[in-house]
Amino acid sequence: MPLTKERREALEELCLSLRKDLVTILHRIQTGHPGGSLSATEIITTLYQEKMYLPAPDDPDRDRFVLSKGHAVPMLYLNLAEKGFIPKEELLTLRQAGSRLQGHPCAHKTPGIDVSAGPLGLGLSAGLGMALAGRLQKRNHTVYVLLGDGELQEGGCWEAAMAAAKFNPGNLIAIVDHNGVQLDGTNDEIMPVGDLAAKFRSFGWETLSCDGHDVSAFSDAVDQAKQIHDKPAVIIAETVKGKGISFMEGKNTWHGKPISDVDYQAALNELGGDANG
Amino acid sequence: MAKQIAIRDAFGAALKKLGEVNERVVALEADVGNSSKSILFGQAFPDRYFNVGIAELNMTSMAAGLALSGMIPYVNTFATFLTSRALDPVISLIAYDHLDVKLCGTYSGLSDSFDGASHHSICDLSAVRSLPGMTVISVCDAVETEKAVFAAAELSGPVYLRLSRAPAPVIYPENMDFQVGKGIILREGSDIAILATGYMVHKALEAAKMLEKKGISARVADIHTISPIDRDLLIDCAKTCGKIITVEEHSISGGLGSAVCEVLSETCPVPVKRLGLTEYSESGDYEEILEKAGLSGACIAEKAEKLIKGN
Repeated sequence: MPLTKERREALEELCLSLRKDLVTILHRIQTGHPGGSLSATEIITTLYQEKMYLPAPDDPDRDRFVLSKGHAVPMLYLNLAEKGFIPKEELLTLRQAGSRLQGHPCAHKTPGIDVSAGPLGLGLSAGLGMALAGRLQKRNHTVYVLLGDGELQEGGCWEAAMAAAKFNPGNLIAIVDHNGVQLDGTNDEIMPVGDLAAKFRSFGWETLSCDGHDVSAFSDAVDQAKQIHDKPAVIIAETVKGKGISFMEGKNTWHGKPISDVDYQAALNELGGDANG
Repeated sequence: MAKQIAIRDAFGAALKKLGEVNERVVALEADVGNSSKSILFGQAFPDRYFNVGIAELNMTSMAAGLALSGMIPYVNTFATFLTSRALDPVISLIAYDHLDVKLCGTYSGLSDSFDGASHHSICDLSAVRSLPGMTVISVCDAVETEKAVFAAAELSGPVYLRLSRAPAPVIYPENMDFQVGKGIILREGSDIAILATGYMVHKALEAAKMLEKKGISARVADIHTISPIDRDLLIDCAKTCGKIITVEEHSISGGLGSAVCEVLSETCPVPVKRLGLTEYSESGDYEEILEKAGLSGACIAEKAEKLIKGN
């Protein structure tokens, strides 16, 4: 179902607010990955706050989410807090000793994290395993896997792509956060990933694409993908790394750089907040 | 002579039997199902069998996902591939989250002898033994294999099950008492203890018989669980026998010998001689290349005698 105007505006407002929270947390702790979290903001937020069935973090019938590009986990924690699965006060413990909020997703420490991640290229396989378990258990859930485009340089992703087409669980949706930038530079500079839609199609997938920063467009793409059962579906979400903060946009240097006081103030000015907020 | 049954055949039959009584069990295979014998499970339970093709990394990560959703996946391929190409998700997903994934590494040691060193597995134990929470089991006969397959399903968390291609004498009765983490004394002795695992258990028994003829009393124990290792038994062997030989179809670094030394150096230091591989082996008849690696009954007996004589 298309988003209503109210829901669309509410989600857009929430994304803006989560972006502010994200830079505030990452500035405070002086570690973490802003770029990939900002490019995945609308994707993760639309899934968690609109599309996924999530009555409780351990409900066996819940939809699953695999953050295969695990470094974007700060945006996932913000969404888990928004769902009430973790207290908002806990967010500032991110990456600190003793915290449940690890630098990369950890399924056994954090309520609401379905699969651990860190080493890239494993999440699509793990998501496929969860989807197949769901089929065996006759559950009706959907498994979403969020992949980075740089991550698709890992060969294991394509092993998983082949296997997903063969086993076709009917409830697996992959999403590529296609921001075109990775740690050392652009995809094209480091290792061109080519025509991702054509690649997935040739592996037996249905491919969809959308503007990954347009919550309505992304929501529609998810609805479409859920109608596809004869093959696995992938949504290539066109995004901008560092989206929303002009000096971070499209810059590989903001993959994992600490945010200075000056940059933090500039970021907040752009996002329409203040440093005390 | 005892009846011989190949460990892989016993494994395939046991996995199928387990599948009959436990619906949560699924099996994954990377295109060696006719070798690992996981095919027996696949034929019985096609819906619960996933042959992923030649893609070990994907197979093992898929198993993690299946386990996270409540299934008990048995992952099958050659031991050397399982602990090299597929090791990443074993470390970062399966061990890290203590998932109920049972990693079945077949054709371990030199048992796939003619295929050569690329298919031998001499560092698999070291790869998995260092992982927190990983149970490591290495079986020596058909009965023990079935017991271990069933025990793995009951254990919470990840298990590495070391299997073999080799036909092995059946030394245990059907009602043997198999307990994970508890070694089994197969032969009493007081001059030296030979601690062996997997197919080497049979070689250790041969060696003990040879030593007996020379008036040397050798205790032989089957250390089927490498991790967590049976500390009490090791300490008892050290105290009772005073000298220890470890025998494994594995590098002398990182496997059974290392595990024994780690325990005894901290508790009851006695001379320990580690027998195993010190270099890559080669293609050839199984017994012949074992002998070349110093892993025949006669070689073990010779080393035992030397150790007792103090040189």
